[in-house]
Amino acid sequence: MKTVTTTYREALREALREALSADDRVFLLGEDVGRYGGAFGVSLGLVEEFGPERVRDTPLSESAFVGTGIGAAVAGMRPVVEIMTVNFSLLALDQILNNAATLRHMSGGQLSVPVVIRMTTGAGRQLAAQHSHSLEGWYAHIPGIRVLAPATLQDARGMLAPALADPDPVVIFEHGSLYNVSGELTAAEGPLDISSAAVRRSGDDVTLVTYGGSLPKVLSAADLLAEEDISAEVVDLRSLRPLDDVTVMASVARTHRAVVVDEGWRTGGLAAEVSARITEQAFYELDAPVGRVCSAEVPIPYARHLEEAALPQAEDIAAAAREAVGHRG
Amino acid sequence: MSTSHRKPAKPAHRGTHQDAAAKHHRDLLASMLLIRRFEERCVELYSAAKIRGFVHLYIGEEAVAAGVLDALGPVDTVVSTYREHGHALARGVPTDAVMAEMYGKATGCSRGRGGSMHLFDVGRRFYGGNAIVGGGIPLAAGLALAEKMRGGPGVVCCFFGDGAFAEGEFHETANLAVLWGLPLLLACENNLYAMGTPLRVEHGQTDLAMRAASYGMPAWAVDGMDVLAVEDAAHRAVEGIRAGHGPYFLELRTYRFRAHSMYDPDRYRDKAEIERWRARDPVVLLERRMRSAGELDDASYAELDRRCTDEVDRAVAAAEAAPVEPVSDLLRYVVTAAGDLPEAR
Repeated sequence: MKTVTTTYREALREALREALSADDRVFLLGEDVGRYGGAFGVSLGLVEEFGPERVRDTPLSESAFVGTGIGAAVAGMRPVVEIMTVNFSLLALDQILNNAATLRHMSGGQLSVPVVIRMTTGAGRQLAAQHSHSLEGWYAHIPGIRVLAPATLQDARGMLAPALADPDPVVIFEHGSLYNVSGELTAAEGPLDISSAAVRRSGDDVTLVTYGGSLPKVLSAADLLAEEDISAEVVDLRSLRPLDDVTVMASVARTHRAVVVDEGWRTGGLAAEVSARITEQAFYELDAPVGRVCSAEVPIPYARHLEEAALPQAEDIAAAAREAVGHRG
Repeated sequence: MSTSHRKPAKPAHRGTHQDAAAKHHRDLLASMLLIRRFEERCVELYSAAKIRGFVHLYIGEEAVAAGVLDALGPVDTVVSTYREHGHALARGVPTDAVMAEMYGKATGCSRGRGGSMHLFDVGRRFYGGNAIVGGGIPLAAGLALAEKMRGGPGVVCCFFGDGAFAEGEFHETANLAVLWGLPLLLACENNLYAMGTPLRVEHGQTDLAMRAASYGMPAWAVDGMDVLAVEDAAHRAVEGIRAGHGPYFLELRTYRFRAHSMYDPDRYRDKAEIERWRARDPVVLLERRMRSAGELDDASYAELDRRCTDEVDRAVAAAEAAPVEPVSDLLRYVVTAAGDLPEAR
């Protein structure tokens, strides 16, 4: 199998290039996706390759261009809409919730909305409170859409094609701290599965459930725990809606302890949902209460030390795991 | 057929042209009368608790639907609002299917999932009743973008009201549609009230056509009570759009004779104002014109009216008898399941 050294950003770009080459119905639209190359450089060079009709710069009108992508999808195109950050996506939430997620059901199944909406999420780059939030949990609340969070180079490269093949809307969250991550990428054999969670590290003592930008921190925490002879299993959710309960419960059934790590706020968040499901489905497997490590309930601050204190860090995750393991059933 | 494009009749063909015009006028009258009778029946059915939810009646605005949709053909697409019974009927969505949707029945045009505010008929390119004010406008732009990217001949017509003109989604999309030269007809039904708020209380500048023109598209105001003026304007706009001139905006000045919805006590409008507008009832205006042209008499009007009433009667009977969707199908159509997929498009 062919292996290349690449980055998360380049893997996303390669996926876009492949999709644009493979299907005339695919086009990319969003703010500065063309001449500028994308706010985070993901689409750099694509307008030169595919032209301004298919790599379409839009006005700063989130509701209009997201809704336009939705309408074009209803008409049978396969648009990929880029929104700069999840905070800005709130300006288009009407279109995503009231149209993309709703039209199929509200019309009695007469139409499909095969749109893909990509956006940056998360903190860690000192961008303060209007560019740093993790609101993917809100999107995961909505019936009618699929929500993906690629955390690895393989997923950055491989999730777009199956997302475009899905007849329903797919929202993809790219954590801003991952764009520069580099590593070895092995060419995938066949289409990537986008419904399942993945075990990123096997272990026996505690299950750490996470996704997206928190995955590298959780893997670091697992390294710290290993030095203390605590064997942590790391589950990457990958799909935030629908959630893959089977993989999570199978892991919990082995380790009997679980900590959920989510950069979203704790109250009413995705970690609460995962925790509730573990309690509902694997209560009698548990030897300890399900733990949660989430962001502090504060608009993400600018100053580095404050931002770091607001976010789940490897040491916080390790501490929560130690506490879980400290409970003997 | 548009009045402005009607050639002067030559004496030898005078009879033929007159016949064609008379038939066309009868079609427009029939279209408006069907809407009127349908809406009147909705009032009765709502009062009898046969239909529920928010029901927004189109009585008084019939000339807009009948006139604008006269300019569209099968390749064209319609996006509408929550006050869309008239648009659906004038587009040719079967009266039975619209009435059954009011009843929430399985035979409804949205299988009972949508109700009065969300009528869909994708086969007739009728992409809904959107009940978020302004929310259908970006969707319509997307349908138009797809048409343009594929080089198709179709025009997308998006209905919305004076209330939606205050929404960012209108202004964002107007700019984008001009920028991208989209084949989009922005059909603004200005009925002077955004629910209970009068135009002058909602808009600093109430000349909506002028404001739309500032985005760089042809835009003008039309007497929305005169169906011939509406169809003339719509035909001109659609011709321009089809010729590749990008989006057009029509401000169709109209009035709803009934309250905002069946739920609304209508305390904010002057009765004298309503009476002034009723004096320009679009159905009566066309009826009078046809009578004075010798195109209509008492017998032919009665016959037309009876046909519309019968059609509504049949739709009510069919809706009463229709089955409901099984509760076991509650979650169907939320996401695509195997077997649910429409034919590849």
